[in-house]
Amino acid sequence: MTAEDLKEIRALISRHKLWDYLFATLGLLAMLAGILVLLALFINLFMEGAPRLTTDFFTSFTSRRPERAGILAAWAGTTLVMFVTASVAVPLGVAAAVYLEEYASKNAITALIEINVTNLAGVPSIVYGLLGLSLFVYKMDLGQSILTAGLTLALLILPVVIVATREAIRAIPGSIREAAYALGATKWQMVSDHVLPYSSAGILTGVIIGLSRAIGETAPLIVVGALTFIAFLPQSPISPEFPYVSFAWLKEPFTVMPIQMFNWTSRPEEAFQVNAAAAGVVLLIMTLTMNAVAIYLRYRIRKNIKW
Amino acid sequence: MSNGKSHLSHSPMRLAKERLVEAILFLAAFASVAITVAIVGILLYESLGFFRHVSIVEFLTDTQWTPLFDDAHYGILPLAAGTLVTTGVALAVAIPLGTIIAIYLSEFAPHKMREIIKPFLELLGAVPTVVYGYFALIFVTPLLQKIMPDLSGFNMLSAGLVMGIMIIPYVSSVSEDAMRAVPMHMREGSYAMGATRFQTSVRVVTPAAFSGIAAAYILGISRAVGETMVVAIAAGMQPNLTWDPTQPAATITAYIVQVSLGDLPHGSIGYQTIFAAGLTLMLITLIFNIGGYLLTKRFREVY
Repeated sequence: MTAEDLKEIRALISRHKLWDYLFATLGLLAMLAGILVLLALFINLFMEGAPRLTTDFFTSFTSRRPERAGILAAWAGTTLVMFVTASVAVPLGVAAAVYLEEYASKNAITALIEINVTNLAGVPSIVYGLLGLSLFVYKMDLGQSILTAGLTLALLILPVVIVATREAIRAIPGSIREAAYALGATKWQMVSDHVLPYSSAGILTGVIIGLSRAIGETAPLIVVGALTFIAFLPQSPISPEFPYVSFAWLKEPFTVMPIQMFNWTSRPEEAFQVNAAAAGVVLLIMTLTMNAVAIYLRYRIRKNIKW
Repeated sequence: MSNGKSHLSHSPMRLAKERLVEAILFLAAFASVAITVAIVGILLYESLGFFRHVSIVEFLTDTQWTPLFDDAHYGILPLAAGTLVTTGVALAVAIPLGTIIAIYLSEFAPHKMREIIKPFLELLGAVPTVVYGYFALIFVTPLLQKIMPDLSGFNMLSAGLVMGIMIIPYVSSVSEDAMRAVPMHMREGSYAMGATRFQTSVRVVTPAAFSGIAAAYILGISRAVGETMVVAIAAGMQPNLTWDPTQPAATITAYIVQVSLGDLPHGSIGYQTIFAAGLTLMLITLIFNIGGYLLTKRFREVY
């Protein structure tokens, strides 16, 4: 090889390397674009909504006068709906995941269940709303209530909970199971005393991600008939007489945070847009906090647990 | 164990409890099948009522959608066009950006950087869609109007753009997983031949991961087709048969929201239209998914 050839090859390599730098820059720019949009969204929302973020905003009902309107009914509704959603989706999802990971034998029914879980995750959220409207509101006659909303969202996040729980369970090594069996545990004792406790952090991560999705869902709740103007609170879940808890609130009409925000966004008056931005800030803080907790948990799990 | 009998022995109670637990867990798992059956069943059942009034030919060919007017027309085309246009705009944003980000994170970025950037990108998918809708209407549309002065206040362009940003993480994270699953020795083989990182990424890793990348695109399409609040807020709710993204138009999902906001009597034709619309939405998603499945099967590489 002559010196000429070597020079030529080096020139060729550096020419090709140039593309590396160009693409790396492009990649950074693409990510920057995404993150800039996120920043623009935050800043825009905070700037618009900040003046309305007073304590009155959290303690007043919505009103025809924008400066007096608040989100009391909305956040109370969100809390109650999420309570219903979690109490249905978590047991159902965890049980399904435990079955699929620990009990299911490889057969056609298991395959059918697995395909269905994957498919359900891809069903548009508004279709769950249609399911809720026809099934819960009319067929089961639950009305346009907190219960209906909670159940609809529970079905919506079920695949998220199942997938996350399965992942968490799969991360537990087989030796733990064998150790439990060796001491004479039955399958269910093994699962409930070992598998579930050890995977609880992973399950929690999935539940939080699922609930943070449910908190922001708007479309399915509009379809099942959330109200946009509510100036009363549902009946308290704590009652003064025996048995001290009341479930009357389950059957009450409701509104939730994203619905309230949507309603204000679609009003023509400028002042309501400010309210929408303020509600958006609250909603964003809720979902982002939940996601941050989930990310932190995931990070901790990966770092601390070495089987 | 005073009575000499171990409580660990095979007592019938112990066995019965195990069986019962297994049965309960199975029912929970089988609920996913029941939900699918319920969704399909309800969409078909309620749409059947609709198609008793409206012929399928009219549904598919009429160019107007005015089910709540006196002069009622039931053509799904305007709504389907709205859905396809907003989806198209969203994909024009999400596919290039998502793919570039995926290649960068999988092949170029140092480990530390990937760990930091990924959660931020995932946050893009975690923001509630109603917030994105507000952002599209209040921030992006006025911004676009500075460039295009005659853009209307509601338009599919700004809704589609924002939707595109929203689905970037879906496209990028699934594509990246697929790329990272490509075995190292293929990259090493490429480097050994003197290829650069960029050449390796584009000519070796991307083709090898193609089936996974296609799955990511399909996921993005499904999300865009089914997205509701962004389009309902920023693209308007008037059915409008046009392929021009600068125009306002309702999508299938926006129509369902619009009808649900009003008060429709159970069982009326208006009530049935939203199920027919929902069925159409499911079918569009299904078509893309089957297409994606065939595509990934055709190009699947086995190592």
